[in-house]
Amino acid sequence: MKFNRDFKGRGGEARDPRLPPGQYDIGSNWPVLGAEATPNLATSEWTFAIEGLVGNPVTWTWDEIHALESATYEGDIHCVTTWSKFGVSFGGVSVDTLLACAVPLPSASHVVAYSHTGYTTNLPLGDITDGKAWVVWEYERRPLEVGHGGPARLLVPHLYFWKSVKWVAGLRLLDHDEPGFWEVNGYHDRGDPWLEQRYQGD
Amino acid sequence: MPKPGRWQVATVKQVTTETERAKTFRLALSEASGHLAGQHYVVRLTAEDGYTASRSYSVASPPDESQDIEITVERLEDGEVSAYLHDVVVPGDELEVRGPIGGWFVWHGDTPALLIGGGSGIVPLMAMLRLARRSGRSDLVRLVASVRRPDDLYYAKELPGPETTVVYTREAPPSWGRPPRRLGEEDLRHTLAPGVTAFVCGSSGFADHVTGLLALLEFPDERIRVERFGPTS
Repeated sequence: MKFNRDFKGRGGEARDPRLPPGQYDIGSNWPVLGAEATPNLATSEWTFAIEGLVGNPVTWTWDEIHALESATYEGDIHCVTTWSKFGVSFGGVSVDTLLACAVPLPSASHVVAYSHTGYTTNLPLGDITDGKAWVVWEYERRPLEVGHGGPARLLVPHLYFWKSVKWVAGLRLLDHDEPGFWEVNGYHDRGDPWLEQRYQGD
Repeated sequence: MPKPGRWQVATVKQVTTETERAKTFRLALSEASGHLAGQHYVVRLTAEDGYTASRSYSVASPPDESQDIEITVERLEDGEVSAYLHDVVVPGDELEVRGPIGGWFVWHGDTPALLIGGGSGIVPLMAMLRLARRSGRSDLVRLVASVRRPDDLYYAKELPGPETTVVYTREAPPSWGRPPRRLGEEDLRHTLAPGVTAFVCGSSGFADHVTGLLALLEFPDERIRVERFGPTS
């Protein structure tokens, strides 16, 4: 395809270097997307577990996970539906802190992150270690809204946002890759926005 | 689900006005790709300087023998893709598309389905209704379309039928039995049947409202599939 006549779109001016290919800046909006009914999860019932190929399987309650060292993310997020959102802040705990308690076995290479609703997504273990992923319960220093995954969600901001599981319930460490909800429905196993890995085969 | 096809060039065959803000584009694909009812395609526009913008649009046409698909596009005020499609595109133009995409919000045509759409959320449900009708299985489907006023209803000539209900929330046609008000439990109670899967499509607010109503009616969460339309413009 050459180009669409008379189409200029929001191009023209210098493109913001923070935008991965095919993305646009959505500004202050934050769309709520998702394939399930929004659950009503009380923090008293919420738990987060790390299981599978670990030396020490752990389950944290809401209070227990809050007692861990807190961590924040400030930066950008990118949704596969082509919007990106700049300069957001989230607060919670680093996945590194959680994995340090659970002690991954050397054979662990991938994880399935799962939610309290049954949603799943797959990630290489290397994509959630070394300061790349968090479990977060604050957005802009306020409690994370339920529509956006509250009381707590996974945050893996260097990948498309469907990897950042809402209403997260845990991580299962595996020695192989196991495609999750969107991945078996045609979406990419890794989802790097800078490589535009939107769909299987990209 | 097989992976979506490659980018391909489609030719616009026909443009139909649905409402003041919605048009249906019939596209002749260069490669047939056999979509399922409920799936979507991505449309990508490219500017002369190489800038691209892409958005996803649900397919309104049912799976059929043709190599055509129809997408219905709502024109958003600030929509760089939807405004271009509405204001510039005419039959004969070429568009780059990719699909079909999605394996969750699909109906295969052989199980009971309750289809509940708000506004433009009716589009993927229309593909399901059309599939049911053309395969002689309308008995499997109930469709509830929620719109603000009569002029906002897509497919207004084709959609009404014994298996469909239109709910008006702001303004109803003259002598319409139901006064205009938000979709309520009473609008859905008679549509529920054992073994039904509910397909809910609309804005996030609409989706939450409907799934809340279904919960009040003790409809099981695991039989609800939701597609939320964000402001993808």
